[in-house]
Amino acid sequence: MSTETDSVKVEEKLYYNRYVVDAGRPHVKIRPHEVPSQALLALTKICPAGCYALNDKGQVEVTPDGCMECGTCRIVCADTHDIEWNYPRGGFGVLFKFG
Amino acid sequence: MVEQRFDAIVVGAGPSGNAAAYTLAKEGLNVLQLERGEYAGSKNVQGAILYSDALEKLIPNFREDAPLERHVIEQRLWMLDDASYTGMHYRSEEFNEEKPNRYTIIRAQFDKWFSQKVRDAGATVLYETTVKELIRNTSGKVIGVQTDREDGAVMADVVILAEGVNGLVGQRSGLRDELKPDTVALAVKEMHFLPRDVIESRFNLKGDEGVVIEAMGSVTLGMTGTAFLYTNEESISVGIGCLVSDFTEKREAPYELLERFKSHPAIAPLLAGSEVKEYAAHLIPEGGYNAIPSLFGDGWLMVGDAGHFVNAVHREGSNLAMTTGRVAAETVVRLHRMRKEMTKANLAEYQERLEKTFVLKDMRKYRKIPAFLHGNKETLFGLYPRLLSKAAQTWFRVDGLDKKAKEKAIVSSFRQARTLRGMIGDAFKLARAWR
Ligand SMILES: Cc1cc2nc3c(=O)[nH]c(=O)nc-3n(C[C@H](O)[C@H](O)[C@H](O)COP(=O)(O)OP(=O)(O)OC[C@H]3O[C@@H](n4cnc5c(N)ncnc54)[C@H](O)[C@@H]3O)c2cc1C
Ligand code: SF4
Repeated sequence: MSTETDSVKVEEKLYYNRYVVDAGRPHVKIRPHEVPSQALLALTKICPAGCYALNDKGQVEVTPDGCMECGTCRIVCADTHDIEWNYPRGGFGVLFKFG
Repeated sequence: MVEQRFDAIVVGAGPSGNAAAYTLAKEGLNVLQLERGEYAGSKNVQGAILYSDALEKLIPNFREDAPLERHVIEQRLWMLDDASYTGMHYRSEEFNEEKPNRYTIIRAQFDKWFSQKVRDAGATVLYETTVKELIRNTSGKVIGVQTDREDGAVMADVVILAEGVNGLVGQRSGLRDELKPDTVALAVKEMHFLPRDVIESRFNLKGDEGVVIEAMGSVTLGMTGTAFLYTNEESISVGIGCLVSDFTEKREAPYELLERFKSHPAIAPLLAGSEVKEYAAHLIPEGGYNAIPSLFGDGWLMVGDAGHFVNAVHREGSNLAMTTGRVAAETVVRLHRMRKEMTKANLAEYQERLEKTFVLKDMRKYRKIPAFLHGNKETLFGLYPRLLSKAAQTWFRVDGLDKKAKEKAIVSSFRQARTLRGMIGDAFKLARAWR
């Protein structure tokens, strides 16, 4: 499948989009953990905005600035209770011009 | 906030909420509609094909000023393998009718237009307002909503939940369960801009004619899903979606899947030279009839994607959303006129009315399809498209091999990959699920 060379940079895609970031009030949070669950590990790959990444201690971190509010991570972690998911405050978050 | 009491509150300004709020306001009810986005459509994503019929029932002359892109005159269904595609095209001059049946649209623009109609009809619409939860009285009846605004409680006789697939209000108020990963698809989509004459020559179109392509096969890497490419006036919508459970299991990145689809030899030439202006992601409820939650209760109704109203086989959603929104509102209007309470028993009329529409009939007809597609994904989305391509290639290549030998080769390639029994079994299972 995809090799390093043909893999795309999701950051470049998100760059097309418009966001109103609610600074200091992330709408997606990960509960503190030592060892990430399989569900959390999957998110580092399947979040369409690439918001999830492993840090150097082997834990999963989320940076929801580019989040498109799809809800996938919430559903994937519904059973593990790894994350707390809310909509951003009214008016904040992604703003689709086309949708 | 605003005036504190309403006949009805509608949560969400997508097609289902707009249909509901429009119908209620037009009939003279005092309606409040709440939308979390900066404008209607700012949070919404769709392919997008608009089916005229559902909208015509609400706004018969919508063609006069709705932001429509192209009317669809050609439908292509493609089975892809890595280097080839086998396709069915249906194109008809009869789709160039006076009142076309299907259009492509751009959701953010369409929703804004629809929202203006809702306001013109007299509803109070508040944007940038997220509903946090339902407010109930001591006997459990829903009597209003709590919003994220200061003094954000508003009361109404009935609340219509049109909050879409991520229906947090309904879930957190215990009206239904969290979505299951195998009942929702995650779709990613890009908008590619090209001059209109380029689009018209690439797709063999004149004027506002449009083409839509649905594709399945090796691009989803054995996951349950489909891809699409729709022509707009000066842009092309291109996207791909698969079940969340499959993404999780395979750990594939959705945007890499999209890149793969865009670079497929059948697709790449259609997009060549385009400028990308947006990348979006959204869930689609695909669990079908069995995933539909309770649709009504004391003081509340559920419509559109929140009620899991999507027909995945026919890729219809917005029309089911508008129809359920309208029917819910008509139920409320009738009860209101008769001065009846918005109790669970009275609101049951919503479901009875829905039973008579295409919505529940179609959903019920395909109730076994989601399980069938999911249970047979490797064969349906991987093996068969590959076999079909191979067979077509054997058939069309002129290479000195006699035709009988070619037929034999095709049959044996199918047999090798899937036993005759397996194939008959698949066909039989599909037929049964289809009924
Ligand atoms: C990629 C893709 C392609 C599709 N293609 C097609 C197609 O071609 N044709 C078709 O008919 N259907 C298609 N669909 C399905 C269609 O988009 C949906 O069925 C339809 O949008 C559902 O309408 P809705 O009003 O129920 O929900 P939505 O359109 O999702 O609207 C819900 C609204 O509620 C708002 N909201 C949510 N929670 C709150 C809250 N707590 N407070 C305030 N506001 C809130 C949201 O911001 C949103 O505006 C597609 C879907 C996707 C994702
Ligand atoms: S909601 Fe979607 S885009 Fe946002 S962090 Fe979760 S998976 Fe990523």
